[in-house]
Amino acid sequence: MAIERILKDDASEEKGERARMASFVGAMAIADLVKTTLGPKGMDKILQSTGRGQSVTVTNDGATILKSLHIDNPAAKVLVDISKVQDDEVGDGTTSVVVLAGELLREAEKLVASKIHPMTIIEGFRMAAKCAREALLKRVVDNKTNEEKFKMDLMKIAKTTLSSKILSQDKEHFAKLAVDAVLRLKGSTNLESIQIIKKPGGSLKDSFLDEGFILDKKIGIGQPKRIENANILVANTAMDTDKVKIYGARVRVDSMAKVADIEAAEKQKMREKVDKILAHGINCFVNRQLIYNFPEELFANAGVLAIEHADFDGIERLALVTGGEIASTFDNPESVKLGHCKLIEEIMIGEDKLIKFSGVEMGQACTVVLRGASHHVLDEAERSLHDALCVLSQTVNDSRVLFGGGWPEMVMAKAVDELARTTPGKRSHAIEAFSKALVAIPTTIADNAGLDSAELVARLRAEHNKEESNAGIDVISGSVGDMSELGISEAFKVKQAVLLSATEAAEMILRVDEIITCAPRRREDRM
Amino acid sequence: MALAFDEYGRPFIIIKEQEQKTRLRGLDAQKANISAGRSVARILRTSLGPKGMDKMLSSPDGDVTITNDGATILEQMDVDNQIAKLMVELSRSQDYEIGDGTTGVVVMAGSLLEQAEKLLERGIHPIRIAEGYELASRIAVEHLERIAHKFEFGENNIESLVQTCMTTLSSKIVNRCKRKLAEISVKAVLAVADLERKDVNLDLIKVDGKVGGKLEDTELIYGIVVDKDMSHPQMPKQIQDANIAILTCPFEPPKPKTKHKVDIDTVEKFETLRKQEQQYFDDMVQKCKDVGATLVICQWGFDDEANHLLMHRNLPAVRWVGGVELELIAIATGGRIVPRFQELTAEKLGKAGLVREKSFGTTKDRMLYIEHCANSRAVTIFIRGGNKMMIEETKRSIHDALCVARNLIRNNSIVYGGGSAEIACSIAVEAAADRYPGVEQYAIRAFADALDAIPMALAENSGLQPIETLSAVKSQQIKVT
Repeated sequence: MAIERILKDDASEEKGERARMASFVGAMAIADLVKTTLGPKGMDKILQSTGRGQSVTVTNDGATILKSLHIDNPAAKVLVDISKVQDDEVGDGTTSVVVLAGELLREAEKLVASKIHPMTIIEGFRMAAKCAREALLKRVVDNKTNEEKFKMDLMKIAKTTLSSKILSQDKEHFAKLAVDAVLRLKGSTNLESIQIIKKPGGSLKDSFLDEGFILDKKIGIGQPKRIENANILVANTAMDTDKVKIYGARVRVDSMAKVADIEAAEKQKMREKVDKILAHGINCFVNRQLIYNFPEELFANAGVLAIEHADFDGIERLALVTGGEIASTFDNPESVKLGHCKLIEEIMIGEDKLIKFSGVEMGQACTVVLRGASHHVLDEAERSLHDALCVLSQTVNDSRVLFGGGWPEMVMAKAVDELARTTPGKRSHAIEAFSKALVAIPTTIADNAGLDSAELVARLRAEHNKEESNAGIDVISGSVGDMSELGISEAFKVKQAVLLSATEAAEMILRVDEIITCAPRRREDRM
Repeated sequence: MALAFDEYGRPFIIIKEQEQKTRLRGLDAQKANISAGRSVARILRTSLGPKGMDKMLSSPDGDVTITNDGATILEQMDVDNQIAKLMVELSRSQDYEIGDGTTGVVVMAGSLLEQAEKLLERGIHPIRIAEGYELASRIAVEHLERIAHKFEFGENNIESLVQTCMTTLSSKIVNRCKRKLAEISVKAVLAVADLERKDVNLDLIKVDGKVGGKLEDTELIYGIVVDKDMSHPQMPKQIQDANIAILTCPFEPPKPKTKHKVDIDTVEKFETLRKQEQQYFDDMVQKCKDVGATLVICQWGFDDEANHLLMHRNLPAVRWVGGVELELIAIATGGRIVPRFQELTAEKLGKAGLVREKSFGTTKDRMLYIEHCANSRAVTIFIRGGNKMMIEETKRSIHDALCVARNLIRNNSIVYGGGSAEIACSIAVEAAADRYPGVEQYAIRAFADALDAIPMALAENSGLQPIETLSAVKSQQIKVT
């Protein structure tokens, strides 16, 4: 008698041991993949796309690497997801979270092999995570009240974040850039106001932060190239043809003369519109949509600088920066707020011409111009800078800071070990395993630096046995160093997010005891 | 081979294409069906209870779902066998009617089939077995009603409701914060419940999730959360004591519903048309301002000119809000949905204490919170979590908890869990079996054995010795009664 199959063909089912194996293997493969990018001596990966064009990306950022992979294994997909979420929430720590989750699962596998039920392991992990978080909270430093110290903290955090990326050669320069940019935001976490412009050419050192606003557009022909004390009108209106908005309207005439009449009327309409705009008393007009040649000429005659097709984000930023409002109707010139800036001029960066607005009223937005040897360098520089900006903007809101270099992990490991000793029952094995997994991060950083990780970690542990120690791994000298002297700091929010996300992901994967895969959707054969 | 021979000895075929069809008859057919049902039950057995494990399901498009909820597991599995499909239906209908117990029902059905197989092998006719099962189930339900308790609850005494919801949540991955989530679910259900009619409309509770934050950041909002932001970036981000105009007409020149053409044939007509257009926008915005609205929520979009006018006249507005959300906003704020500008009057405006725009993380994601509404009958449960799969699973768990709370409001009797109700019924049915003469007796005993399956599964999943534990508990129960 045949055993009835209950699933469709091509669908498969894996139970118990095999399911667990499959999950662990998948998750650990992903963790091992990104392990070598961790830390200041971490290496980058080259990603080659399989699509048309075969574009190449060189990157160190965990989330970027994982996003571009095509993965089948469901457990690995869970890890990719947490990396992406870490990127969206905090910006940095995307590699650490995957490495920690992978280590937790590796330790858990050993426990399962010694016949401990996964539920017990999960309980132990939860207790350990709670204890670890509390341990960190006790040692956290908060310098919100002291401006100077706070700025120093931000600089240190920026340098630590950038130290594992391609910008590490010019850490000082970029850290200062990032801190300046974020402090100008005055507490908002909206990074859209910081515009990043990439121009190939020059070297990374030539990048600079501009307090004004730079627009990647050229000034039209015949228009003034330099305006002082500018009044700017920012608009979002159609300056090509003024479309009739009433639905279903058509122009229907019966002689050529009438057609000419109507064309003249359209021209007149455009002229009136330009006149209305000019009545605002402006000397610069920025439009999100197109400006046709006729109105452009009219503007040039009036000595007004007209810029067209600025992108929507640019318009929002421009409005933020200059203090103007985005207008779409021009009937009430008195009530429309105009933007102001001291100087508008055309500048050259590399070989391109750009428009620079300087001396703006509200300094909330700013521009970072990145120069670099090639597009790949610039792309990676932008990603790294973005990571640093994200972390800094989060820290401005939640100003708790920790030391870096593996210090928080050792502190947590010590606290969790003590908890393990005082907990009766099988859970204590799980708590011990959690502590071992935490130590893996400093081990990885040391490994990537080519140092003897076992020796270093042992020394570090001994240092941490003393009260109030500030010891961490110093990869430059290759030994244990004092983190407060070396100035290596990290944001508390990043570490907390890494801890909680990794624990959650490990829990999710541990709870699974069966994997059911549906048949892949049949596609019609393409030609 | 279903060949038949006619009077002349010539063979003729009874079923078309009979080589491609297979046919099982008699006991074989029943055994095949039972084994199919049992394999489905076996899959779900390990998900039962607080130590139950989750299942990972990979869909045809590559999406991964990790879940503990029986109905979800069965739905996502692509089952081919007809009997298995019946089990899926069973779980689904349990989900629709009751909301919880979807795993338990399938496990129990599987164990009933297993017991029936033994009886079939002894030669008892299936119909007799079915009749015996019917009798036994009636006895069990009567016993259940005898041991149930009615309990009191009210606006201020929600403890017993919360405890029941915590039982539901304890088998899911969110059991880390089961107390908090249980409280949120109970409060949400009480807020929308109609206590006189003893009914709850779960549509009024919107469950929305956003990746980010922690599970502990999940909150209940006495209002609505909409996944949209203000239509113009320079509109105010916070409004106190808002009067809300809820519209389903776009801020665009009117489109008559009949087909038409407007012909322009002279310059003057062109001019008039142009002036009319401008007038339209002005009128629309003026009308809203005249009735005293301080916030406009629209189902459709805004023309750019209208958008700018709105911002200029200090009237914040939200566009492209979905139909379902619009209805919820109307219910919560007590406003009426207005289809034309001409019909807008001051009585039709909704009221809310606070409307604010909140942004999350480092992305541009913004959501609109409409809180302290006039009529708090519509609420939103806003879930945060570490990743997308957690949020999906949390949504399902909260749905289960909401259903449990709703069931309690409809009928406020409870029985105690942990397998005690099943064991009690099993003892009662076993005792009743002796009173029936005839073959039904065996069926009733088999039913009692099947009832034991759920406590045994719970014990197995926890790592205890199932048979020892079960017999110990049974002897305790008999001692007490």
